[in-house]
Amino acid sequence: MTALLRRAARNTLAAAALPIALLALWWVFTADSDSYYLPPLSDILASVDDVWLHSGRLRTDVLPSLLRLLAGFTLAVLLGVGVGVAIGSSRRLRAFCEPVLEFLRAIPPPVLVPVLMLFAGIGNTMKVLVIVSGCVWPILLNTVEGVRAVDQVLLDTARCYGVRGPARLWHLIIRSASPQIVTGMRQGLSIGIILMVISEMFAASNGLGFSIIQFQRTFAVTEMWTGILLLGLLGFLLATAMRVFERRALNWYLGLRQTQRGGDR
Amino acid sequence: MTGTLLDVRGVRKVYEGHGRSVEAIRDLTFTVAKGEMVCVVGPSGAGKTTLLKCIAGLLAPTSGEVVLEGEAVAGPPPGMAVVFQEYGRSLFPWMTVRGNVELPLKQKKLPRARRVELLHQALDAVGLGDVHGAYPWQLSGGMQQRVAIARAIAYEPRILLMDEPFAAVDAQTRADLEDLVRSLWQGLGVTTLFVTHDIDEAVYLGQRVLVLSAAPTLVLDDVTVDLPAERDQLSTRSSARFAELRGHLFAQIQRAKTYHPPDPPHPPGGN
Amino acid sequence: MTSTPAPPTRAPRVDGTRRTRLPGNTALLGVLGFATFLALLEVVPRLGIVAPGYLPPVSRIGVALVELAGESAFWTALGDTVRGWFLGLLIAVALGIVVGFVLGATPILREATASTIEFLRPIPSVALIPLAVLVFGTNLRSVLLLVVYAAFWQVLVQVLHGVQDVDPVAQETARTFGLGRLARIRHVTWPTALPYLLTGVRLAAAVALILAVTAELVIGAPGLGNEIGVAQSGAAVARMYALIIVTGLLGVAVNVLARQLERLLLRWHPSIRREVPA
Repeated sequence: MTALLRRAARNTLAAAALPIALLALWWVFTADSDSYYLPPLSDILASVDDVWLHSGRLRTDVLPSLLRLLAGFTLAVLLGVGVGVAIGSSRRLRAFCEPVLEFLRAIPPPVLVPVLMLFAGIGNTMKVLVIVSGCVWPILLNTVEGVRAVDQVLLDTARCYGVRGPARLWHLIIRSASPQIVTGMRQGLSIGIILMVISEMFAASNGLGFSIIQFQRTFAVTEMWTGILLLGLLGFLLATAMRVFERRALNWYLGLRQTQRGGDR
Repeated sequence: MTGTLLDVRGVRKVYEGHGRSVEAIRDLTFTVAKGEMVCVVGPSGAGKTTLLKCIAGLLAPTSGEVVLEGEAVAGPPPGMAVVFQEYGRSLFPWMTVRGNVELPLKQKKLPRARRVELLHQALDAVGLGDVHGAYPWQLSGGMQQRVAIARAIAYEPRILLMDEPFAAVDAQTRADLEDLVRSLWQGLGVTTLFVTHDIDEAVYLGQRVLVLSAAPTLVLDDVTVDLPAERDQLSTRSSARFAELRGHLFAQIQRAKTYHPPDPPHPPGGN
Repeated sequence: MTSTPAPPTRAPRVDGTRRTRLPGNTALLGVLGFATFLALLEVVPRLGIVAPGYLPPVSRIGVALVELAGESAFWTALGDTVRGWFLGLLIAVALGIVVGFVLGATPILREATASTIEFLRPIPSVALIPLAVLVFGTNLRSVLLLVVYAAFWQVLVQVLHGVQDVDPVAQETARTFGLGRLARIRHVTWPTALPYLLTGVRLAAAVALILAVTAELVIGAPGLGNEIGVAQSGAAVARMYALIIVTGLLGVAVNVLARQLERLLLRWHPSIRREVPA
């Protein structure tokens, strides 16, 4: 028991030591910084409260950003998995679509911001569409790969036992492709965050990206830094949430891989 | 013997590849009676799996037909269960043992109470009454194949196809599983077609053994196994009759390896 | 053999045999797919389903593309983008390799930095845009900051995986044969990590392009992204689409190049050898 505790303590220490040291260094080195770009960390942290909490920006800026991200990401997942399953299931359809998809996914998604502004103005629709247009490709392409890789023996098994229709789609195709789908979602999410910020930097009246770029344009450097930190924290939290989801959804896959690796050699 | 359940008539299978075609099966014709346990044995590369897939409706034969209970097979017929060799790939790794056995029953739209009943019966019958919640990959190979067998019998099939189900498990487990298949067959009376490359296994399990030739495959011999119905690994395998049958089949298989049917003067299946 | 009556021998082929392969058809279908895509882009605006002011017919975009090819400013912009992408990628890969091998080869360092990496990695590089603008202004250095930050993590994470994947048996064998630390890295660690590194480079190359164009678009550093922004604000819609197509082609080129590089350097590796026949 004590060994376990000691181990846990040691792990926590290993995990926390460097971040604490880095923050401490930052704190110390900027303590009496009069650099315009690099205000003291203490000032930055002290103004977080003012800039984001008291002003209500959390609700007026961060929340809209997150909602747009959520909407765009959800749509991209539905679209990507739906179309991906269709394309992955048909060899002909895949051959037909592949070159176009190769091209479309190679377009850096941020350049679609101006295009979508033409179609949808600068409102929420545009921003959600921008997020969808970037998130959807990794999800779609990974889904196609996952569906292609469904085991032939499993397909035969399902046919023999009359597993067809929606049950086949869910219990066989999507579950089997889920490791790839989740990989696509993870990649899509990080692109989605980038696009959430960019769409707001480009043209918006609220949002996290909008606020940060406003601070920069008005040379409110300390406030800008709080925004950068908040955005970083958000990225980290979303990635962590994604990882928790991955653990739960792919519990079977992680276990399977571990036994396979253990059994191999 | 009671009526014919499965009737395989002049089945031929040619795989068309990149500009060349491979004749895997030339002509297979045999019947399986209701309640029978028939083993199919042949040298490796004898198109055993192709045959099984044709019977299961997973592959369409190039010519000939498979008739199950008077109806030509076109696509997997209901009431047929298959146990594949690759147990690791035929169980859904994202489902528990319970989920794997239950899924086909849900597809049959059986009421919940009946599903639970079948599930328990099947898992008890294969000796896995206590692992409902485990995932297949948490079990040993032999246990995984037991799950696959449980899924097959819970399905209440009229015919059970087994494609070299024990080729990938160790010898001891294999003997246990053979006895399991024997006792399930005797207990449930389900018609069973058992494909194997192992002569001993074929003799030990079957009432009849069909010997296949190397590809392009034909049925070379149809041997009745006149061993007593009560068999056990020790005495049956050491009996004189067992050795005799085995010797006979061994000679047949040796012949099968080198036997190449003459190219038919006119399309195969003709007489 | 048997006396069963012969079934009709030339039975119509049923679906089982048709599925084997579509020789040559794949490429044809692909071309057909692309042609359909282009045709749609032509017809949809012409029929007025989408206002041509928003989406010009593809032929007009084609004309704009040809016009672009005649402008030296366009080639300069393309060169700027490629330079930002390439330099950024190069720095990120070099940093990724060095940091990855140092951390990967030293268990203590690896353990101590794991949490920091996990924290820094998901920070969206666009968060650095305002900082880049303030510190560097609208030039190449801003682009490089974003590109390097985004691409570095892709490389680092893959290299760390690769270094960790080294077979301990091989490591022990090398040690018993008296290979020194450097020789072990050269002959054992490096070959194991190389496939991972190249995966990292492939991912990083794509991300680097996205960030290079983004930086140009948002910050206004010279390059294709900036040209797109200019075309958009000047309502030169066809030109904007033409530029977007160029970024897409650039993206395709980057992907193809990265994959070729992988093939070339990993010809001996089983993952590639298995991939070829598919």
